[in-house]
Amino acid sequence: MPSSDQTITTIIATLGEFLSSDQLLTSEEELRPYECDGLSAYKRVPLAVTLPNTIEEVQKIMRICSARNIPVVARGAGTGLSGGALPDENGIILGLSRFNQILEIDEENQLARVQPGVRNLAISQAAAPYELFYAPDPSSQIACSIGGNVAENSGGVHSLKYGLTVHNVHAITIITSDGDLVTMGSAALDRAGYDLLGLMTGSEGMLGIIVEIVVRLLPKPKETVVLLAAFNSNSEAASAVAAIIGAGIIPAGLEMMDKLSIQAAEDFAHAGYPTDAEAILLCELDGSSIQVVEEKDRVTELFKSHNATSVQTATTAEEQARLWAGRKSAFPAVGRISPDYYCMDGTIPRMELPAVLDKISDLSTIYDLRVANVFHAGDGNLHPLILYDANNPGEFDRAEEFGSEILKTCVDAGGTITGEHGVGSEKIDQMCYQFSDDELEFFHAIKDAFDPKGYLNPGKAVPTLHRCAELGQMHVHNGELPHPDIPRF
Amino acid sequence: MSNNTTQQFLEEQVQDALENEQALNIQGFGSKRFYGNTSIDGKTLDTSIHSGIVTYVPSELCITVKAGTPLKELEAALEKNNQILPFEPPHFGENSSIGGIIATGMSGPRRAYSGSVRDAILGVKIINGFGKTVSFGGQVMKNVAGYDVSRLLVGSLGTLGVILELSIRVIPKPEVEKTVILPSNQSDAIKYFNSIRKAGLPISATCHVDEEVHIRLAGSNTHINHLIEKKHWHCMDGADAFWESIRNQTHTFFSDSDKPLWRMSVAAASSPSVQLDNHQLVEWGGALRWIKSKSPPNVIQGVAKKRDGEAILFNGEMAGVDAFPSPEKIMFELHERLKRKLDPKGIFNPDRMYKGL
Repeated sequence: MPSSDQTITTIIATLGEFLSSDQLLTSEEELRPYECDGLSAYKRVPLAVTLPNTIEEVQKIMRICSARNIPVVARGAGTGLSGGALPDENGIILGLSRFNQILEIDEENQLARVQPGVRNLAISQAAAPYELFYAPDPSSQIACSIGGNVAENSGGVHSLKYGLTVHNVHAITIITSDGDLVTMGSAALDRAGYDLLGLMTGSEGMLGIIVEIVVRLLPKPKETVVLLAAFNSNSEAASAVAAIIGAGIIPAGLEMMDKLSIQAAEDFAHAGYPTDAEAILLCELDGSSIQVVEEKDRVTELFKSHNATSVQTATTAEEQARLWAGRKSAFPAVGRISPDYYCMDGTIPRMELPAVLDKISDLSTIYDLRVANVFHAGDGNLHPLILYDANNPGEFDRAEEFGSEILKTCVDAGGTITGEHGVGSEKIDQMCYQFSDDELEFFHAIKDAFDPKGYLNPGKAVPTLHRCAELGQMHVHNGELPHPDIPRF
Repeated sequence: MSNNTTQQFLEEQVQDALENEQALNIQGFGSKRFYGNTSIDGKTLDTSIHSGIVTYVPSELCITVKAGTPLKELEAALEKNNQILPFEPPHFGENSSIGGIIATGMSGPRRAYSGSVRDAILGVKIINGFGKTVSFGGQVMKNVAGYDVSRLLVGSLGTLGVILELSIRVIPKPEVEKTVILPSNQSDAIKYFNSIRKAGLPISATCHVDEEVHIRLAGSNTHINHLIEKKHWHCMDGADAFWESIRNQTHTFFSDSDKPLWRMSVAAASSPSVQLDNHQLVEWGGALRWIKSKSPPNVIQGVAKKRDGEAILFNGEMAGVDAFPSPEKIMFELHERLKRKLDPKGIFNPDRMYKGL
């Protein structure tokens, strides 16, 4: 519903009654920085950006927007990779960056009570004096905010052992679509009633606005070891992954990189990676000294019995940091060898790794676009990076189609279109592929229960049945698609 | 009946119930029948007929089973591959189904150390309030497509749909588990739990009862033996039977009085609450406190609330007292709105969780 100029003026005036000029941004140059999140291929300018300082201000904003049916898009640090915080042209951004306080570290209960705008890494830093840390560590952890982590149910390198955000949050306080304040969860381990805390986690700003979070902290492991193994093929590396898990070892992290990403990362970070390898595995083990030593020996043996061509062991913090540097800089490193890249995020059962990697390689030939694979092998979460050049007409569309085919491959292999980045704006069409109409209707029913007016982050995360029907029709008439010359299967 | 037929049979019964606006009382083997509000109306829908393991590849750390699968059968299949359910669910009877564990969300001694039912659930297939079969989540640990319906179903007491199938994350069975015991009163036990939590020891269960602290350690043989030696700890004989009696509440603590059994889920480090009844059993490093008490419910709730938690009437009758405390107004409204949207005819286990829901 496009708003008339008069409506816009009225809303801005109403918001201006309690928000100061540095809390209510309306000019073109102030709004531009908010036009996209970490997925910069999608851009829209909102009507206004609000930056409340207090919970009461959030409630007022929500009540005003609810009454006038103005779309509200919540935003933390804006590092999301699926366009979840992409603005609505007829709506406002509710920026939570000023909610940036760590309210309490409860050492005895090992909990931290924080505001949503606090950066992920800042929690672990604040907990460090108590020998505690916050486990989920998305690669953007220096910049991303905990509110966004909860909204997206973020993962990270260590989720294989320590779980996702949902496993590490005790309680949240939200503002409902009616502007009411309610707390879900507590310092206890469970409560009676529906698991609304679980439902809110990963709901992408569609069900309410998170204003306070209690996260679980863990004691820092006494010992850590990082192993790097090189392989002559992706499939040998993939079967080593299955062997480690099958042997009853749960590493803190188990990451895989393919040849293109190894080379890009080595050129960029000089981590000492074997650039002649087809694939490498990075395996981090942590815990008590005895346990780590035992597991290190067993993993080394398994690597060797799965034809690893070399195994490096890093026991000091410096050596470990060097080995991780390559993996952690893989995305920017790939950014140097291609003008643009498109990061995918499907998950598949581990046993499907070799087959899916082969399929991605076939698709790469068909779409004539290079792809670098960097991913969380331990939990089957793939991050193929499709390399393209946005300056070449049609190449972005081709990259998007390639990406879409990868996600369908993941669904067909028994997996999902998104492991940790969320659906947002980006993968909304692929939702039609993963879910039936009845399932999508179930999602819409949940949305209706929380947000009957549908003004919270409209058009994201769950497609309308109408959209899926149109998309289905489009797929039937292959000839009408943008690239009729590309074979589809 | 073959499995397709049992699913179809259950679907037909739900569709009939929808047509006749007849409430259903969903039940597996009935081992958790005592839990929640028990005096509910409804035609029994027997889910125990829908049984069997669907897929299980041990290296995937995931098992997919039909809801009526007996827990015994499921655990035996995992045992063969040296794996276990991370949440060590209570059986409460000779026969109990995994569907009932998901619906009640019940976890056992291991819960505080390797996660709860809701932490382990990866996917569900249900018959919804429109008589349609729908699936959510899957068999992979990382999956954020759509709302997390699987977790919503855990502990929903069958009020949102009929669970047909579920996928659960499993974990490797520890090479060895040994239990040590130390004499202690409750107050010292809670302090002790705080200190070992901080030390990050390889613990898989804790319990304080009868003036003794029990700590179950899990890991490799070398590691655990080294630890026990270093700390000069005393190992317990018959530890398996002890934990079994805690898990399934056959320990004398649970059976030696006719007082109602209250379950207090509170902040782990919060102070003891001996004023209610000094005969208590503490688990989960202090976060779970079982109390047999005839104290008025509002007094018990007050004690739990002060410790940032809540108490539920877990087992036993008290006239006019509901099993679960009423949530605050806005929270209850959210429950009602969800229930109305997902089960518009109100056929699934009405009143079982909250009266009027």
